[in-house]
Amino acid sequence: MAVVLILVLVAVASVLFHLLSPWWWTPIASNWHYIDNTIIVTFWITGVVFVAVVLFVAYCVYRFRHRPGLKAHYEPESRKLEFWLATVTAIGVAAMLTPGLFVWHQFVTVPSDATEVEVVGQQWLWSFRLPGADGKLGTSETRDVTSDNPLGINKNDPAGLDDIIISGGELHLPMDKPVKMVLRSIDVLHDFYVPEFRAKMDMVPGMVTYFWFTPTRTGTFEVLCAELCGVGHPQMRGTVIVDNDEDYKTWLGQQQTFTQLMASGETKTVN
Amino acid sequence: MSAILIFLAALALIITWWMAQQRLMSKPWLEVGHAGDTPQREGSSIPTAKIGLGVFLAVVGALFTLLISAYFMRMGLNDWWAVPIPGLLWFNTALLVASSLALQWTKAKAQRGNLEAVKAGLGLSFVTSVGFLVGQILAWRQLTAAGYLVADNPANSFFYLITGMHGLHILGGLVALGRTSFRALKGVPAKAIWLSVDLCAMYWHFMLLVWLILFALLAGWANDFVEICRQLLT
Amino acid sequence: MVNIPSSMDDPIPPAEVEDVELYHSHSWWTTYVFSQDAKVIAIQYSMTAMAIGLVALVLSWLMRLQLGFPGVFTFIDAERYYQFITMHGMIMVIYLLTALFLGGFGNYLIPLMVGARDMVFPYANMLSYWLYLLAVLILVASFFAPGGPTGAGWTLYPPQAVLSGTPGGADWGIVLMLLSLIFFIIGFTMGGLNYVVTVLQGRTRGMTLMRLPLTIWGIFTATVMALLAFPALFVASVMMLFDRLLGTSFFMPAIVEMGEQLQHAGGTPILFQHLFWFFGHPEVYIVALPAFGIVSDLISTHARKNIFGYRMMVWAIVIIGALSFVVWAHHMYVSGMNPNFGFFFATTTLIIAVPTALKVYNWVLTLWRGDIHLTLPMLFALAFIVTFLNGGLTGLFLGNVVVDVPLSDTLFVVAHFHMVMGVAPILVVFGAIYHWYPKITGRMMDETLGRIHFWVTFLGAYLIFFPMHYLGLLGMPRRYYEMGETAFVPPSAHSLNEFITIVALIVGAGQMVFLFNLFWSVRHGKDAGGNPWRATTLEWQTPTTPPPHGNFGKDLPIVYRWAYDYSVPGAAEDFIPQNQPNDDRISREPS
Repeated sequence: MAVVLILVLVAVASVLFHLLSPWWWTPIASNWHYIDNTIIVTFWITGVVFVAVVLFVAYCVYRFRHRPGLKAHYEPESRKLEFWLATVTAIGVAAMLTPGLFVWHQFVTVPSDATEVEVVGQQWLWSFRLPGADGKLGTSETRDVTSDNPLGINKNDPAGLDDIIISGGELHLPMDKPVKMVLRSIDVLHDFYVPEFRAKMDMVPGMVTYFWFTPTRTGTFEVLCAELCGVGHPQMRGTVIVDNDEDYKTWLGQQQTFTQLMASGETKTVN
Repeated sequence: MSAILIFLAALALIITWWMAQQRLMSKPWLEVGHAGDTPQREGSSIPTAKIGLGVFLAVVGALFTLLISAYFMRMGLNDWWAVPIPGLLWFNTALLVASSLALQWTKAKAQRGNLEAVKAGLGLSFVTSVGFLVGQILAWRQLTAAGYLVADNPANSFFYLITGMHGLHILGGLVALGRTSFRALKGVPAKAIWLSVDLCAMYWHFMLLVWLILFALLAGWANDFVEICRQLLT
Repeated sequence: MVNIPSSMDDPIPPAEVEDVELYHSHSWWTTYVFSQDAKVIAIQYSMTAMAIGLVALVLSWLMRLQLGFPGVFTFIDAERYYQFITMHGMIMVIYLLTALFLGGFGNYLIPLMVGARDMVFPYANMLSYWLYLLAVLILVASFFAPGGPTGAGWTLYPPQAVLSGTPGGADWGIVLMLLSLIFFIIGFTMGGLNYVVTVLQGRTRGMTLMRLPLTIWGIFTATVMALLAFPALFVASVMMLFDRLLGTSFFMPAIVEMGEQLQHAGGTPILFQHLFWFFGHPEVYIVALPAFGIVSDLISTHARKNIFGYRMMVWAIVIIGALSFVVWAHHMYVSGMNPNFGFFFATTTLIIAVPTALKVYNWVLTLWRGDIHLTLPMLFALAFIVTFLNGGLTGLFLGNVVVDVPLSDTLFVVAHFHMVMGVAPILVVFGAIYHWYPKITGRMMDETLGRIHFWVTFLGAYLIFFPMHYLGLLGMPRRYYEMGETAFVPPSAHSLNEFITIVALIVGAGQMVFLFNLFWSVRHGKDAGGNPWRATTLEWQTPTTPPPHGNFGKDLPIVYRWAYDYSVPGAAEDFIPQNQPNDDRISREPS
């Protein structure tokens, strides 16, 4: 009998925990509330199934527990029942998968007006690069990485000369403008992860990966690395600040371009 | 990963064909009484060892197909410089073909109980296989001497990896072949070692087939073939 | 009903596998150490797996201590922490669960349940164990090697796995890990051939495929999958060894490590991930399918009722096995691979949910109108249903590509896979040990100790992993040595981590009760007799218990019926053994 009570308790307590839990996702700061909605749908469907099955097991154990004289019923199978259960399950699965695939389609379709922002990961530091006045990021190569060119930007590509480099500092983004985060790594796998934006993607050395989103509220957000990258993994933090237009412009004006950075690097070497 | 998926699909067809004969739709609770009088219900009449080898070859096949999959994926990247194929490989291939043929011939002789011919056939096959392995090592040395080192280019790396893996499998086969030859030399009747010879022949034919595919892959013809397939599809 | 026209009265030739000779041992060494008897090999496999599993348990304690009380246990630095989690994961998945289900239960149960004297290739079977032991020893050796074991995470993703920023990356750790895996795979292949071919060829007269107990179906299908999936890990391991030792660039692109240009160029880490998960996803089912099979038999036997929908259960096992080869990239949704693959892999992944759900329904429906004996195996089976259901349902979150994006690499994933392929299969392992122990030793395990062990393990594991999902939902990433000060993580989350750690310590201690019971009952357990659970399958019908080498005495049993003739209307007893000839008084039409 203890088993029955505890099975019921497991079902009830799980639901109560879900409802009362102080641990829930962070307040969203991007356009990906679609993802949150898909999770809610999934919670509903799976929650109902979980409670129903566990309570059914508890009832069976209560009702059909062994007593002297009890004999089990003989029934090898029931095609009809199995057919219905399979159909209902398939419908439930489709109800989760279909919205999921639609949202995924949005997720992988970058809007044409998205600004590119490059994130470069290295052990255990974030750097950022914004396209300069020409609106284009210059090409880059891990082979070109040196101490005064930490992002490996191609010096012969004119598009790269006006790029804005933020090495180890904070990234600012304008609110309500879609951004395409272009992701690179120069050593191992990293993953650019801001919980409030919901979206994330691995950064793979030798490849350029991306995701896009639109920041929907101003604020300061912590960047974490979400792909194990060695012993310093938990310390690899950064900051993203979502600004309104004005603040963003002010901040942008204070940043150094690649050309300026190169020049200051040279002066340092001369000294 | 398309190579391995095609391989698995082929395997799935074989498994499905086999399962189709196992009455998986029957209702076992309605069938009481021993089913021994329906033939082939418990196992196959093919010797167990042969079935064992067949399953093993499926595993080896998966291994080499995965290598081929990896080869294709890596080849698609832009730092690939194909290795020139040493002419010696043609000679080695001929040796492996000879070895395989010798085993096929030995199998027929073993069936007829001709122990002397079996000894000769096993010996020939053993020597040609060892020759193949020595030839492969010489080919490695030629490549190394010509400056194609293992770490210089992924094509080189794959060449050494794939030929090495294949050579190790031949080496493993030689243990079984050596054991069979040893029994033949001790005078075990030819019919008694027929199964062993048969298994060796099966393994050798398979490894020859694998080698021909790998050779085609390393020499670059496989790429042309894949390219033709791709064009047919699009 | 169909009565197969019976040549029942005819003398039936023994159904031995003719071309396999039973190897008879001649000395103490060949009986107990270099034994070719599958049952001895099974015990060797199980003992070794449990011993190394105990190491992994201690490692999980250490990592939980760090997570619950960061900074208190100063000997756990970041390097050690990553070594602990890596070894914990690798050991639990491969060296414990895979070895125990296939090498342990497979070896013990396949010959007995299909009515064979032994495996078909006993010598290869013996080698399989010794190679497994060698693999385990190499793994253990890495703890004592310079630089310690690898701390790359059990997925061993390059490039970090072979670089100096990761413990063991530039030392011996990763090399020994890969070597150990290579030996494990060679050894497993030798054993796996035995399990598959014995089921194909070793079945006794009358044992058609549709009369096989589901335990055998599960182990058989899992072995076929493992034979085809492990080569992918083998290839990945060999290629990574080349990268690490010979400086090739299969997986290694151009890299600037700590300001220094490395020699590698042009490779892609994604290639490794494809190979790894091509093995890694089937691996989940390699662990799950034997558990599915075994739990079906536990539920049926202890509810005194045939498993509901046997045919569907068989088909589902085969379909799940086949589908699991085309879902691997759902582990790589955020890996940077072509995002369009997401559509395909999300669909295949969620399709697998249907046959899996049918299995759950059929377990539950077997309980309906049964005669449920709340024995230890039944308790563990019930706990399995709850935990597997929970873990399976959270799988629907992670398999659905877009939902996976925020949840991937968080504690949600950790909670999910521990529930579904850690806790659930381990509960089946325990249930199975309590169930078959009387056959292996002739004695019962102690009931009271068993119940203590059950409640601590089931409730404890649930308390550990259920709340952990919510930390993941909150956004806490996995594989963090310490969370530190993070704005979105409230202090209550740290309290929850402390709670989880304390429960984990208790659950770990609970396993000591089990170990004590396991050894104590060998001598002091109640005498069990040959068939204490009154079960139908062949292993319970051996003339002597424990079964001797050769299993069945002079003649092999002949099988007349399926494995689930429980509570057949009109029968004298509530079970009819598989080797009992037909009794015409019994009516089989469902009432």
